[in-house]
Amino acid sequence: MDQTSDRPQLSTVWSDPRFLETDSLTITTDQPADGPALSARRVLKRYGSVLALDEVSLDVDPGSSVALVGESGSGKTTLLRCFNRMVDADEGRVEVGGADVRRADPVDLRRSLGYVQQEGGLLPHWTILRNVALVPWLRGDPAAEEAAREALDLVGLAPARFGGRWPHELSGGQRQRAALARALAGSASVLLLDEPFGALDAITRADVQFTFTALRERLRPTVLLVTHDLREAFRLADRVAVMRTGRIEQVGTPDELRRAPATPWVAELMTKAGVA
Amino acid sequence: MSDRRAVGPRGEPRASAWCGPGLGHAFATAGAHVMVCLAVLATTVFAIVHEGAAGPVEVAGATAAATPDPAAAAPPVEGPDDAVPQEAPTPLRPIVVATKPFAESYILGEMFAQLLEARGFSVDRRPGLGATEIAFAALRRGEVDVYPEYTGTGLLAILGEEPPSSGGEAFRRVAAVFSERWGVRWLPPLGFENTYAVTVRPATADSLDLETLSDLAEVAGRLTAGFSPDFIGRADGLEGLRAAYGLDPGSVRPLLQAVKYQALAAGEVDVIDGYATDGQIARYGFRVLLDDRGFFPPYDAAALAGPALVRDLPGAVAALAELSGRLDEGTMRELNRRVEVDAEPVPVVAADALGRLGLTEGAPVGAERVPSAGGASGLVSYLWARRAPTLDQTRRHMLLVGLSLLAGLAVAVPLGLALERVRGAAEGVIRAVGVLQTVPSIALLAFMIPLLGIGVVPAVTALFLYSLFPMLRNTYTGVRDADAAAVSSARALGMNELQLLRYVRLPLAAPVIMAGVRTAAVINVGTATLAAFIGAGGLGDPIVAGLALSDTRMILSGAIPAALLALGVDAGLGTLERAVSPAGLEKPGRAPGVA
Repeated sequence: MDQTSDRPQLSTVWSDPRFLETDSLTITTDQPADGPALSARRVLKRYGSVLALDEVSLDVDPGSSVALVGESGSGKTTLLRCFNRMVDADEGRVEVGGADVRRADPVDLRRSLGYVQQEGGLLPHWTILRNVALVPWLRGDPAAEEAAREALDLVGLAPARFGGRWPHELSGGQRQRAALARALAGSASVLLLDEPFGALDAITRADVQFTFTALRERLRPTVLLVTHDLREAFRLADRVAVMRTGRIEQVGTPDELRRAPATPWVAELMTKAGVA
Repeated sequence: MSDRRAVGPRGEPRASAWCGPGLGHAFATAGAHVMVCLAVLATTVFAIVHEGAAGPVEVAGATAAATPDPAAAAPPVEGPDDAVPQEAPTPLRPIVVATKPFAESYILGEMFAQLLEARGFSVDRRPGLGATEIAFAALRRGEVDVYPEYTGTGLLAILGEEPPSSGGEAFRRVAAVFSERWGVRWLPPLGFENTYAVTVRPATADSLDLETLSDLAEVAGRLTAGFSPDFIGRADGLEGLRAAYGLDPGSVRPLLQAVKYQALAAGEVDVIDGYATDGQIARYGFRVLLDDRGFFPPYDAAALAGPALVRDLPGAVAALAELSGRLDEGTMRELNRRVEVDAEPVPVVAADALGRLGLTEGAPVGAERVPSAGGASGLVSYLWARRAPTLDQTRRHMLLVGLSLLAGLAVAVPLGLALERVRGAAEGVIRAVGVLQTVPSIALLAFMIPLLGIGVVPAVTALFLYSLFPMLRNTYTGVRDADAAAVSSARALGMNELQLLRYVRLPLAAPVIMAGVRTAAVINVGTATLAAFIGAGGLGDPIVAGLALSDTRMILSGAIPAALLALGVDAGLGTLERAVSPAGLEKPGRAPGVA
């Protein structure tokens, strides 16, 4: 497969009138305008004797993007998974759109949240179109395929060309685009992204990050992004939460972190990442 | 069950013989079974190709022990010696005549059957039941009405008692105890005894001046013995000989019944444990040493009649009793020789014997001997002549395999899915099911008898148990190891557990599950040949009979179709395996390019 010809040229994507005119994928903002879209209050999670989350609190405002950064095992993925109840907190309160997730049915809750994980997790035995249509199809939406086509367009994968392919027939970057499209196709107002670009090479990664930034500007979703890459966090998020051993060391805009690192550890992290 | 009961009596292949080293081993595992048969298959195909235009060769009288010529079974028309008018009995059901899997038992059972048929009873033959435990358990349960048994076996193997040295005493003892305990009746002995016969080559006997076991004991240290595995372990075998005679051979090699006589003839061993009426002794002219201290227990042969027969059909018991006292050792040895050495069909030999005794009309017309053409073309014509029973046996075989496989599938797949939900318990349960796999087939079949009797039901049950492990293991691991990223992301996007199972885990696990089904099916095709031991029929019938009668062609008439069936099942399920493999799964050599 010829990668260079398959990868959509970003310029053509953004100049594609369909992209700019797409309006069927509306972002629903049914939460109170003043409250946070995602909220964690003193959340505690134990795995045996290991304290994965140690009374963590975090707010994500509607339409904003917050990145969770930290080393492996710092608790960032666990915190993200508390919001779609892939993990249930032992203590504390987790809210999505102002509602306690404990009261929500996990399956309904998950269908309302966009989710992308590292390596995408596309179903290998489903075509790209069927994969992307998953969430609207689960909801019984008769226009699921149409939504999937639009979402594919949004991420720069022409549906006519890629919709009928199998996941293994796509490149790594194309698969992550498809996974992103799957998260968008359900018209979710919140995207939970767990290292979505972590497995990509630098060039492909920059491409997909660029697409994502443009999508954010277009759709204004609420984004919670887990990454171990501080540069990616600074690039894609409005605010960055630095996590270490189950605690949040500091939350702030990239500028705030640069100007006033709360701990020597945060300062060191930024120096190492070359974003200080 | 005492040790004694587990011991196989008189010359029949014991359970361990089927699972131990040597000939039986090939039939103990499906894999080996298939391998052995492949070589045979190649020869056969070659022969068929070369047979070419010769066409089918009719072989008259080439009927198996299980399917006697109907003419032999026809009641005599106005028999001249039919002094006592038979009150044409109209039995409610056919009388089930069983045998154990060795030549003498086949012959006696067939004589019982033909005699009963000549007296107007209808008969259902169940030849070749696997062991004393199986045959006797079936008799007690009323699933078998009569089979030939030996008093010594009754005492040692069934009652677990030390046999008295006198034959008459032994008979009185078993007759009394069996009748009282189980309502089972020992008919008066047939007239011959088939006890152990320690046998040597005539040259050995002459050069060492051997006539008795006492003589042998003096020189035994210089000789190599070839004894059956059970003889070596039995109190009335080698151990007893050591105690009674001080007989201690220089070395002892365990040998199966089927190869003992050849080994003695070839000089591989110097002394073997034979049986008094073995046709092979006559064939090779071996010398039987006299049991001068009367050590070996009496083994008088007799018809053993089950409670239902005794109660409901006294006429049949009376008919069987006509044989009492009519067969001496010389006669029996001669009958055994005709079957074991000359490869005459059992029904013919049995009819002949009854005719000579004046009990029936004798040999049926048209039942000549099978032309003993050697080589592959002889085998092909033999197989061709047997095509009808072979087809029936193949159908029965497929029924056994199919039913057990379906039942196994219905249990293993849901159980595998359930275990995936409680992984803590999974390994333990799967290991426990795996232990079933290690139970020797014949032992598992024997274990079924007290619970389920004989026939198709226990056979299918045993095969079902064998099929569980591969299907359970593959279902569990297939579902557990299904693409973890795909499963977790599908769950995180809102698939419920049922949808995950239906749309993700089962489709992704399907090829692995099918591979388990395929393994189970091939194992079952092989193992089902042992179902013949408990009267379930199938392609094991000619294999068991052929082994007992030293008839290679008869063995092959079951083994070749069984091997073909295994290959066919494997190929068919292989195709199915590819068919259920979901589209889109990455195939080797189709890896996507790297960005």
